[in-house]
Order: sequence, then C-alpha cells, then structure tokens
Amino acid sequence: MSSVADAAAHGAERHHPDLVHHFESLPAQKEAATLGMWVFIAQEVMFFGGLFAAYTIYRHLYFHAFVQSSRHLNLPLGAINTAVLICSSLTMAMGVHASALGRRRATVAWLLLTVALGSVFLGIKAVEYKDKFEHHLVPGESFQAEELHLEGPAARPAQIFYSLYFAMTGLHAAHMVVGIPIILTIAWMAHRGRFSPEYHTPVEMTGLYWHFVDIIWIFLFPLLYLIGRHH
Amino acid sequence: MGAELPLFPVQASTMAGRVDALYAFLITVSVFFGLLIAVTLVSFAIRYRRRSRDERPQPIEGSVALEVAWSAIPLGIVMVIFLWGADLFFAMARVPPAPMEVYVVGKRWMWKTQHLGGQREINELHVPVGVPVKLTMTSEDVIHSFFVPAFRMKKDVVPGRYATAWFQATRAGTYHLFCAEYCGTKHSGMIGSVTVMEPAAFQAWLAGGATGTSLAAAGEKLFQDLACITCHRSDSEGRGPRLEGVFGQPVTLASGERVVADEAYVRESIVNPTAKVVAGFQPVMPTYQGLVNEEGLMQLVAYVKSLGGAATVGPGAALASPAPAAASPAPPPRPKGQGR
Amino acid sequence: MTTQIGPGTGEPPRPPLPPALSEPPPPRVNYLNVAYGVKSWLLTTDHKRIALLYLASVTLMFFLGGAFAVLIRLELVTPAGDLVQSETYNKLFTMHGIIMVFFFLIPSIPAVLGNFLIPIMIGARDLAFPRLNLLSWYIYVFGAAFTVYALVSGGVDTGWTFYAPYSTTYSNTHVIAAGLGIFINGFSSILTGLNFIVTIHRMRAPGLTWFRLPLFVWAHYATSLIFVLGTPVIAITLLTVVLERALHLGIYDPRLGGDPILFQHLFWFYSHPAVYIMILPAMGVVSELVSCFSRKRIFGYPVVAMSSLAIAVIGFLVWGHHMFVSGQSTYAGLIFSFLSFLVAIPSAIKVFNWTATLYKGSVSWDTPMLYAIGFVGLFTIGGLTGLFLASLGLDVHVTDTYFVVAHFHYIMVGGAIMGYLGGIHFWWPKITGRLYPEMWARVAAVIVFAGFNLTFFPQFILGYLGMPRRYHAYPEEFQVLNVMSSAGASILGLGYLLPMIYLVWSMRYGPKASANPWQAKGLEWQTASPPITENFERQPVVPEEAYQYAPESEARVV
Repeated sequence: MSSVADAAAHGAERHHPDLVHHFESLPAQKEAATLGMWVFIAQEVMFFGGLFAAYTIYRHLYFHAFVQSSRHLNLPLGAINTAVLICSSLTMAMGVHASALGRRRATVAWLLLTVALGSVFLGIKAVEYKDKFEHHLVPGESFQAEELHLEGPAARPAQIFYSLYFAMTGLHAAHMVVGIPIILTIAWMAHRGRFSPEYHTPVEMTGLYWHFVDIIWIFLFPLLYLIGRHH
Repeated sequence: MGAELPLFPVQASTMAGRVDALYAFLITVSVFFGLLIAVTLVSFAIRYRRRSRDERPQPIEGSVALEVAWSAIPLGIVMVIFLWGADLFFAMARVPPAPMEVYVVGKRWMWKTQHLGGQREINELHVPVGVPVKLTMTSEDVIHSFFVPAFRMKKDVVPGRYATAWFQATRAGTYHLFCAEYCGTKHSGMIGSVTVMEPAAFQAWLAGGATGTSLAAAGEKLFQDLACITCHRSDSEGRGPRLEGVFGQPVTLASGERVVADEAYVRESIVNPTAKVVAGFQPVMPTYQGLVNEEGLMQLVAYVKSLGGAATVGPGAALASPAPAAASPAPPPRPKGQGR
Repeated sequence: MTTQIGPGTGEPPRPPLPPALSEPPPPRVNYLNVAYGVKSWLLTTDHKRIALLYLASVTLMFFLGGAFAVLIRLELVTPAGDLVQSETYNKLFTMHGIIMVFFFLIPSIPAVLGNFLIPIMIGARDLAFPRLNLLSWYIYVFGAAFTVYALVSGGVDTGWTFYAPYSTTYSNTHVIAAGLGIFINGFSSILTGLNFIVTIHRMRAPGLTWFRLPLFVWAHYATSLIFVLGTPVIAITLLTVVLERALHLGIYDPRLGGDPILFQHLFWFYSHPAVYIMILPAMGVVSELVSCFSRKRIFGYPVVAMSSLAIAVIGFLVWGHHMFVSGQSTYAGLIFSFLSFLVAIPSAIKVFNWTATLYKGSVSWDTPMLYAIGFVGLFTIGGLTGLFLASLGLDVHVTDTYFVVAHFHYIMVGGAIMGYLGGIHFWWPKITGRLYPEMWARVAAVIVFAGFNLTFFPQFILGYLGMPRRYHAYPEEFQVLNVMSSAGASILGLGYLLPMIYLVWSMRYGPKASANPWQAKGLEWQTASPPITENFERQPVVPEEAYQYAPESEARVV
C-alpha cells in the first residue's frame, strides 16, 4: 500500500496512459479512487440519514397513521421494483467483472442491461407517483385522507408519512437519475476500448455507487411498504 | 426599573441569586485561567525572545506529568461546574407544589397572559411577591421565548405543545419581559413587563381586573357549547371517560402504557384524541383542532383541572380567584347533577 | 548563491544556512507565471491556483458579510430602530450570518491554505483528485451566486439558523433560494474534505509517517472528517425546508402533527460540528506559527495531534446544548451538558501545550506570531465563556442573548479569523514569492486585536443584563454598551482593511522572498517561493520528525 513499494514496481506503469502525473503507480491511483468512493458513500449515508431519523421519530409517534398510510402503497409494484433493482446490481457486478477480464462487448452489454433495469425501476416509480396524485395522497392542499380510513386527527400524520415517502423515494430516484447517465457514459467509454484488466477503475467506482443506491432501496422498501403488514 | 449594578440585572426571584452565584464562580475561574495563560504567554514571549538570528533553543518536547495535570485539573473543575449547573437546572424544572397558575399564549408579536380568575393581560403580567407562579405556555404561530432577565428565567414557547416554567418573585417592582427567540419582523417589539406586587396590592389588582368569568368558568361554558358533556358524563355511562378527579392522576391507556393526565395530556386529548386512548374506551372522539383556539384550549384545561384531582387547588390558586365579594361566582367545586 | 534577506528589514546578509536548508537559485518558471490568461486560471487543476481562486472568492464574501455587520452596528448605536426598517434589519443579520458562516469561515482556511499547503507539506505533487478540487470551487461559486441572488432579489430573514416553522411557513422572503445556495455550497465542502482525506491517507512522501505529519495536516484531517460526515446532514435539513416551502412536503408543521424541535435537532447536528470546522484549521495554523516562531517542536506533539481528532469526534455529540430551553427533555439536557464540558478539555490541552512551547524557546515577534499569540488569548476567553453556556442553570439565563453572540465571535473572529490572517501572513512569501511590509502588518494586527475586544467584550455584559439577540431596537439602558461595541467595530474594520491594501501592494512592490524566509521546518519551506507547478523538483524523502529544530538526541521530555 505504501508508495515506496509501488515506486519499485512501477517501471512498466510509469508511462501507462491512464496514470495521472501526481500518482506514483496505477495501484496507488486505484486505491486512492476506491478510498475516495467509500468516503463519498459515507457522506451519502449521512445525507439519507437525516430523513431516516425523521422517519424513525414520526413512525414511533404516529404508528397507527403510518400503518394505514403504508397500506395504500402499491406492494406488488414495490416488490417488483425491489427485484428489478437487485437484478440491476447483479448486472452491474457482472459488468465490472467483465471489464476486469477485458471483455469489451460483455462489459457494454451488462452495463446497458443495468441501465435498462434502472429505467424500468424509474418507470414503475412514475406509475406509483401518478397513482398517488390521482388518489389525492400528495401532501399539500389537495391531500385527502378518506381513502386511508383515517379520521380527524389521525389523518394529519398521514401527510407526514407521505411527505417522507415522497422525499425519501424522490431522493433515491434522483440518485438513480444521476447514476444512469454515468453508467451510459462508462458504457460508451467501454465501447471505445478505454478499459483494460489493468485499468477499469471507473467501472468499479460506478459499480460501488450503484450498489449503494440499491442498498438504500433495500432499506426504504420495508420501512415504507411493509409497516405492520404481518398483522 | 433597572439594575443597581450595571453588570447584573436586578435579582428579583428565588433563582436569581443562585444563578448569579454560579456566574460569579465561572467568572472567577475564567479570570484565573485567562490571566494565567495570558501572563504566562506574554512573559515567556518576552523572557525567551530571540536574541540572535541563528539561536537554537533547548528542545523540551513534552512532559507526561504536565499533560496529565493539565487534563485532570480542568476536568475536575468543569465537572464541578457541570454538577452545579445541573443541580440548578433541575431546581428550575421542578415546579413547587400548589403554584399560582398563569396561562400564556405567544403570538406574533404579543404576549397574552391569563389568570385563572379570568383576568387577561397583553404584554404584561402581574404577580404577587413570594408565591410560586407556574406558567403554562404555547404559541399560536412560530417559536417564541418567554424571557424575564430579572428572574433569570427563560423558556421557548413552541406551537403545538405546552411549555412549562415557574418562578417565585422576591421583590416588588416592574421588570423587563422579552421575546428571546427570533420570530419575524417585530421580534424586538414583542416586549413587555412583569409587575410584582405585595399581596394586598395584588388582590386589589385582581379584583379590579376581574372580567367576571374565571378561566375555569369560561372553560365550563366551552365544554357545554361544544357538547363535550354528551360523551364525558359524570355518571360513567358516557362514551368518553369521566373527567372528575382525573387531572394530575395516572391514566392507563389502551396500549397498556400509563401516563399522567397533565395539561399537555388534556390539550392533546382535545386536538388529537386518538393519540392516547384510555383503556376500556373506543377511539371515537372527533378532533377539535381548528374548532378551539389556544386560549380556548387553556380554558378547557383549566376547567378539567377544576374538576378535581391532584394538587389542583391550593393557596396559589386561591390567590388568583376573584374575591368572594365580587359579583363573579367562585370556580365551581364538584358540580353534580346539573343537567349532566 | 543568492542570499535573500530576512523579512523585509534591510538587515545585512546573514551567514549561510545549515546544509539541510540550503537553497538552489529560484526557478524562473513557477506556478504563477507558467501560464497566463483567464482560461489558465479558470480551467486549472493546480491546487495552488485553485487556492488562489478561493482566496479571491472568500475575500469577496468576507467583505460582503462585513458590510452587513457595519450596517448592523450602525443601527445599534441608537436604541430605536431608526436606521433601517425591521424587515431590513432582520435580513441584515441573517445575511451576515449566512455569508460569514457558510461562505467565509467554513471554507477560508481549508480551501485557501489547506488546498495550497497540504500536498506540499506531505511531499505530493497535487491533491488526490485535482479536477474534483476545481469542481469544488465552481460549486462554491455557484452556491454563492444563488445566495447573492437571494440577497439582491430581496433577501432572507430567517436568521442563519432557519428555525421552523418560521422558515417553512411564515417567512415571506427568499428562503428557498438561500437554502439552495447553502445546500449547493455544502457539496463544495464535502468534496474538499473527501479530497483531503484521500490525499493524507495515500499520498504521503516516503518516510512521512502519521506522527511525523505537521499539526496543520492533522487539524485538516480532523476537519475533513467533519466535512464529510456532518455537511450532508445540513444539506438534507435545508432540503426539507425547501421541500416544505415549495412542495408542501411538511414534516415540521405542528398543524399536521409535525415537530419544530426536530428541525432544531437536525440543524444543530451539523451546525455544532461546523464550529469545529471553523476552528480546527485555525488551531492547525497556530501550531505551525507557534512552533516556527519559538523555533521548537510543539510541546506535546502527539497529544496535540490526537486532541484534534478528539474534538472532531466528541463535537458530534454535543449539539443539544443549543437547545437547553427549547423543550428538549431535562435528561437530554444533562447528557449534552456533560459532553459539552468534555469537549472543552482537548481545546484546553492545546492552549496549555502552545504556551509551554514558548518555554525556553527562541521567540520572535513577527506578525504571524502576534496573530498566534492573539489567537491563544482570545480563543481562551471564547472557550472559557463556552463553559458558561454549557452550564445548564446558567445557560437558561444567557442563551439567546448577546452573551452567546459575544462567545461565538470570540471564537470565530478572535480565534478563526486571527488564525487565518496569521496563516496568510506566514505563508504569503511562499504563495506569492514576496514579503509583506512587516511594520504595517504589525500595526494592523494590533488594531485588529484592540478593535475586536472593544467590539465584543461589552456584549458579554449586555447579554448577562438581558439584551436578547437579533433585536432591532432595544431598551435605553443598553445603549452605552452598544455604542462601545459599535465604536470597536469601526476600529476592527480598519484593521481588516489594512492587510487588503498592503498585501496587494506587496504582490507588486514587496521584496522577493527566499525559499525559507522564516527559517522554518516543514517541506513547504524546502521548495522555492513561489513553488513550481509540480511543487518539488524531485520527490522529497522525510528522514526526520516534524519540527526538528534540534537534533533528536537533544530532545527532552520532562
């Protein structure tokens, strides 16, 4: 890990076209990129963390309203989306693996498949959001809680549930909307032969990011869709 | 009004002296350590000033003993300060028994105070000397903060919940009341005064300001107007729990939890009834949020309190009720058989 | 060889330096003149140029925030609110706070001095991610533009603390624009912190172990931990405010069952560690200054290094001390008060160690050292008054008064800004290749110190007397102290203007600096002033401990 050891081993890599001037060797450069991506993921955890904290507190305070509100989320669609996203993580991992083996066409194919699955996820999300609009479950003046069979005061925290629903899934979706063009860019670079077994760091870093986005959903799904469903 | 000493506000409550004592201790500690550092630093800087360009001093790099000492001693001192401050804080949080009750509503940009006897004030509060006064406060809009420097008392006043604070004034006079949480345009105009009076003068003031309706009586009227009595009957046959004797007692909820029926509980039960349902009852009570404003809620709370329970009536409360000679009725004792 | 004269004093050439510090002739091409033109600056990936881009931006924001301060202090000369209207006054203190906290204090030392020095101090050619570094600057500028837009289109009046429900429901000002500006700017901080962490972990020169790092680097490492873990929380918190205003996604509205105090918890969870972001880098600067100008290793080096980490970690656990009277439970208050006292200890340890460094040292009174000594004194007062605020029963009286205002200005202005100015002066020869005029600099330092104390010390008294914060008009009995404070502010302002003038003057007319005009230890002094773009001609190797002013064999631990 130390640059002293790498300095000795860098002979062939000294002029590697992907080695930037301020790193001693490709492995050093890659380790830096990896550490950087993990630090970035740590801050993403804190970013979502504020919403998870708010969710935890309000679920404790208004459990009944949360249960009723959750019932009106589309469980089959949510479950399909979960499966879709997990599959997209699989295809992403296959893409990273292919790039490590230097298999250009396979890399591009797996990455494009990942984008396709991600787009399916976003499409299903759009369907769900539209459904919420139509049933007056979007917080604001038009919010109506009759459908939730919540009366009077218990209806008010339902707005809080739906505020958190939209904020958390919206933030998650925004991360996917950013991630998909990135994967497309990486796929294009792979298509152009940019990567090799020695250098495919951007693919790996994108993979880390995508897996993180997946993991966030894996927490969101049970917290939002599965409250009290075992009753 | 004003301070005898330009460095401290006047001490006008039982807590003020205690707070000032802690302050004085902290000033002493600060002056001591501040001077210690400043004098040491400056004298080292002078004594060891560079006398030649290539001077190379003795490399004294560390000392375990010193590190331990100057970690442990400050730690000990701050722990003393912590315990002292915590003790004071807990004393401030513990309301003495049988206080005089005052209800406060903050709204942009004024303070509305109400005594149990129905006397209302705007941006002013009259209280007697030597009696603990308990403030139950809420806001109609944004967060405010009720601050009386002479009492060393401050509490944020938050919409949607009750904030409680208390003080016992020790000298007559008029003292600043400030809003201490920024609340918009006229934040610095949301000020007034707390006037502390000798007991006889205070009684006279109360009589003069009596509106004829005590807070509890106004609450009783609301209770009838809003038809609460339909379910909250005193014969235990109603769909809602009987309210006589409830205030201040523990209540068992449907969830098995036990809570004390204090002011916040009563208020919540009116605006958000299904949050805490009493064991043995159904969650059928509709909400009255929007139908009753914060002042009305305080009147209802006062009424429920007047129906009996723990420590609701005492010398403090008695002071606030209008004198018997006045035309107004005294706060109702147990009303029985009056059409309920 | 060329012998350079010491700091602009006109003294005769001194004897050659010891071999370890011998200097080759300065290269003709350095990072400043290697390329000219706007594009070479706006598209640079050189950490040194990016540092200067930041220097220009934060200086601009500082004077903008300072202009608001001038107006505030002018208004407060008289008890009545007669200079500006209430709405305007409320916008003035809000914008002063937002600009100073988010656009000056938080970025200043890390983005200017940290960016410039960290790679050089560890013997690297650049930061780990140079393009990300440039992106950080652009994000800062974008965020600042949003905030200035909020300003010119009417301002924001929520206070820099954006408390709900005022900010979410009641304010009629440009909360969304200001909130978004700060949100965007947060990513500048996060990426800078990320860059520093990876750089310090992965790019140290051969021989440079962790415990040989300069304390400046330790301080920035600790700060970067807070950047990365804390800033996202203010980002999401402000985002919830923006969402509540824009889309009615409300979680703080009591009419819906929301809790305004939740906002306070989320806000202060970042904003307390943020104050350590503001002070830790300055402490790192002070360690460098005290060491160089005592010509000794900092006393208790490992303890001082670890204390930065301790402050960063414990600093995440004390946020509730801003909320003792908010309605938070008494027991929560107890825990936060206890932890707040604990976090004071590592800071105290630093102060004692700095002071002990001067013992039997060789102390020089150059301007940077004046700022360092001023820092230690003023930070001590600020830190001690923090004990008053951590103390529950006393805080009830002084919270939300001018006592708090005085406390944090002692730390942020008496501390952080003095540290920043000390660092700017110390590394000015390295950054620009020029020496500043020492006499003017000393005069300015004294003016700053005097003006500062006159401005803020009376505010402690005002606060205890009961004058609340954010008051446009105040009772007459508070006037005398307010006038004193405003008088001090004018002196302080003069003190800040002077460096602007003579530092800019020196860039053209100052004497050229040698590689090591202060005869200091540290890798940055082993390369030319100004450095070449790659920082070093050859990769440095670090064979000795930090601050090795005397042979290791002579070192004594008593």
